[in-house]
Amino acid sequence: MEKFEAHEHDVIVIGAGGAGLRAAIEASAMGCSVGLVCKSLLGKAHTVMAEGGIAAALAHVDPQDGWQTHFQDTMKGGSFLNHWRMAQIHAQEAPDRVRELEQCGALFDRTPDGRILQRAFGGHTWKRLAHVGDRTGLEMIRTLQDRGVHQGLDVYMECTITRLFTDGGRIAGALAYWRETGRFVVFRCKAVVIVTGGVGKAYRVTSNSWEYTGDGQALAYDVGAELIDMEFLQFHPTGMVWPPGVMGLLVTEGVRGEGGILRNAQGERFMWKYLPEARRHEYAADEAEARRWLDAVVEGRQTDARRPPELSTRDNVARAIYTEVKEGRGTPHGGASLDISYMPAERVKKKLPSMYHQFMELADVDITQTPMEVGPTTHYMMGGIRVDPDTGAATVPGLFAAGEASAGLHGANRLGGNSLSDLVVFGRRAGAGAASYARALAATPHIADDAIEAETRDVLAPFERTSGESPYGVHQALQECMDTFVGIFRVAGDLERALGTLETLKQRARDVRIEGSRMYNPGWHLARDLRNMLTVSEAITRAALLRTESRGAHSRLDHPGLDPALGRVNMCVTKDGEAMKVAPTPLPEMPAELKALFDAGAAGTAAAPAAAAPATAAAGKAS
Amino acid sequence: MNAGATGREVVLRVYRGDANGGEEVAYTVPVETGMVVLDAIHWIQAHRAPDLAVRWNCKAAKCGSCSAEVNGKPALMCKSRLDHFPEGQPITVRPMKTFPIVRDLVTDVKWNYEINKRIAPFQPRANAEWRWQQSDIDRVQEFRKCIECFLCQDVCHVLRSHELKHQFAGPRFLVRIAGLEMHPIDGADRVPFLKDTAGIGLCNITKCCTEVCPEGITITDNAIIPLKERVVDRYYDPVQRVWRAITGAKDGT
Ligand SMILES: Cc1cc2nc3c(=O)[nH]c(=O)nc-3n(C[C@H](O)[C@H](O)[C@H](O)COP(=O)(O)OP(=O)(O)OC[C@H]3O[C@@H](n4cnc5c(N)ncnc54)[C@H](O)[C@@H]3O)c2cc1C
Ligand code: SF4
Ligand code: SF4
Ligand code: FES
Repeated sequence: MEKFEAHEHDVIVIGAGGAGLRAAIEASAMGCSVGLVCKSLLGKAHTVMAEGGIAAALAHVDPQDGWQTHFQDTMKGGSFLNHWRMAQIHAQEAPDRVRELEQCGALFDRTPDGRILQRAFGGHTWKRLAHVGDRTGLEMIRTLQDRGVHQGLDVYMECTITRLFTDGGRIAGALAYWRETGRFVVFRCKAVVIVTGGVGKAYRVTSNSWEYTGDGQALAYDVGAELIDMEFLQFHPTGMVWPPGVMGLLVTEGVRGEGGILRNAQGERFMWKYLPEARRHEYAADEAEARRWLDAVVEGRQTDARRPPELSTRDNVARAIYTEVKEGRGTPHGGASLDISYMPAERVKKKLPSMYHQFMELADVDITQTPMEVGPTTHYMMGGIRVDPDTGAATVPGLFAAGEASAGLHGANRLGGNSLSDLVVFGRRAGAGAASYARALAATPHIADDAIEAETRDVLAPFERTSGESPYGVHQALQECMDTFVGIFRVAGDLERALGTLETLKQRARDVRIEGSRMYNPGWHLARDLRNMLTVSEAITRAALLRTESRGAHSRLDHPGLDPALGRVNMCVTKDGEAMKVAPTPLPEMPAELKALFDAGAAGTAAAPAAAAPATAAAGKAS
Repeated sequence: MNAGATGREVVLRVYRGDANGGEEVAYTVPVETGMVVLDAIHWIQAHRAPDLAVRWNCKAAKCGSCSAEVNGKPALMCKSRLDHFPEGQPITVRPMKTFPIVRDLVTDVKWNYEINKRIAPFQPRANAEWRWQQSDIDRVQEFRKCIECFLCQDVCHVLRSHELKHQFAGPRFLVRIAGLEMHPIDGADRVPFLKDTAGIGLCNITKCCTEVCPEGITITDNAIIPLKERVVDRYYDPVQRVWRAITGAKDGT
């Protein structure tokens, strides 16, 4: 057996995005020895790409805001499938977490009276997103990163975890390889925090990077943890569709906030057709009213005009664009046209600087002159590891999770800006949960040598084969399968077909062959990531098959309505021997005092929004 | 085969090798509309060389991972359009020269992280008011746009040709120090560090760093020169020194 490099820590945090950094800082502040492990260089995690802002009811701009309204918005946005306690903690603690970032040196944009400025976003009643231009995620990750390195975290970067180990059912450690050398590392620890982000790379058209291969969800599943809500995958309505190399790249929601109009190839402004009847009253009745709203935004004054239909929720706009294209009214490259060119060029450049450059440099499109072509793109995983709201504990002792890899806060659909706040609120709690657990455990559990050996053999197997295909082909086939059969609109037949295809792909993935050395070999890395993508793809597909209704981001053509009975359950995925099991589990019941917030009488805060909200609403410039 | 196909081809000469040496290998890649160098590298990985080593994350010039030297110029591969290079001529892609090679296009940039650790962190002044105007922070926000691509470090001759990594922190970290020093309520003193450890005196204002910065940060004029002034004020200007002793004011304020 190869001699292994080994490290021992109280807590291993897998992932160095916003959630991972915040968790590591907390566990370390509580006196634990912390190892922070990440696949990329420090500071390059997905969090760095977030643009629009972080949602917190600071009430700096709209004094009417408070945690109750944020809580209500989050629950409504998630079609009430959220864990009420997570939504409550999130709304209550987000303001403190934002102020804490400022105390660590983050510099948010300011209000005229010198406080943190907030902008409006889809689904948020009041202006709520603290932001830094259109690079909020960068500010957040850099702030936490600098804080973390001065706190004495041990950082293992470009180091990929391939498996968790348990001892008598408790977490005992993990195996990883250094990307640079291909050498293995054994981490022995008492607790693990999974903060590895999402799953978008299982799809071809996605706003996500190579890192989003569902590693954390698959690692947890493999040691027996429960995954929930995996059928809820957010398709952001506006991704680039042309040229091919940038397909899926995000076009921020801020474009629509700034007045961006969606039209089909016939020039029809189609979003009015797709507004859900129940919420139609929240939107402008015609072009003239939408224009009055926009004029007020530009002039920064209040108005009684209602917001344009393009500012409907993400799930709804994504379905609308998809339907227009499918029914033959798409633009030349198969999208919708998003037009901001009728606004003054100077304003567009000032409010949407990175979009202006992105289209100019990558698509040769001057968005101040010509409409953009946009279409839905796989963006965010609402589902993931089931956690205890207060401690972040997963269902396996010693395992904790937070951020996009965990589930519960967002229910069936996430509101923009609620992810960055999720990361710091629950990152901190999971870090504290792991630290308390680790401190209460007398000795570090034991990892059996043969478990380590079996895993290293498995990871190296693709080098041993003398025949077999390259993992790139299998990855492409997986992406095609998921794009085609498990996309925005789903039907039983397609989902069953996808399950069949996934079975053959699993076999192909087991047989891939890798050439070259173990040093920084991306093909080999992909071979490993494929296994995780296949696990989460199967979980998404099975859960989607079982949810015979349309709710939030999950739309079944064969079951277009809401089913109240399914509104009381989460689909829960577990490992049963070698097979994957999916079954409904009851949603926790919301206490009466919180339910009361949604009653008609108390609706002052909840229902007032769209019409009364000052028009600077959505004047932001981000995603 | 696909909608973006142009029927044209381009030859990429990609450096393949490691610390023991290597060479440029030519790959012919079919060109799609709007293709960037990083797309071409991915095509080579998928069809010709699955083990071709490269770093990338965002593909949107936001993470600073895909730095390399394209036709000899430090650049982000995800921002380098193939059709901006002369048609019919090969495009060379090599790793950043200033950092030790790991393999192919990947270099060992850990030195940068070591430097960063030694910079005194943000330290709010006691009793400071947490209120400031947007105009007070516009400049600092410019510095905080840095995506840590390290292209400025790659191009700076002090690091690149003179190999003075042990004496000079490089433009990236002068930008970082500027961001801390000019924070409206920071109270830490980094001037001795700037002079003795960061070696700011070694910068002779060639502005090459500013030219390559993909974030358009005016590194030399806005960050380095004001910091140099603080060092000069502190160490070489007796009037400033007396004034500071009397008032306790920070340099350059
Ligand atoms: C383009 C874009 C814009 C967005 N804009 C916004 C916005 O404006 N507001 C908002 O609230 N949300 C936004 N989001 C969503 C939000 O950015 C993400 O959901 C969030 O950043 C995820 O953070 P995280 O800490 O959970 O994970 P990440 O930041 O993705 O970090 C994951 C970490 O896990 C590591 N990792 C993964 N697998 C392994 C493994 N096997 N071994 C070791 N390490 C591993 C990675 O290296 C990385 O360090 C946006 C998303 C995208 C794609
Ligand atoms: S201006 Fe200074 S830091 Fe920038 S490249 Fe020239 S010598 Fe280096
Ligand atoms: S200052 Fe500019 S060139 Fe230097 S690392 Fe930062 S973004 Fe890159
Ligand atoms: S891949 Fe992120 S900057 Fe190029």
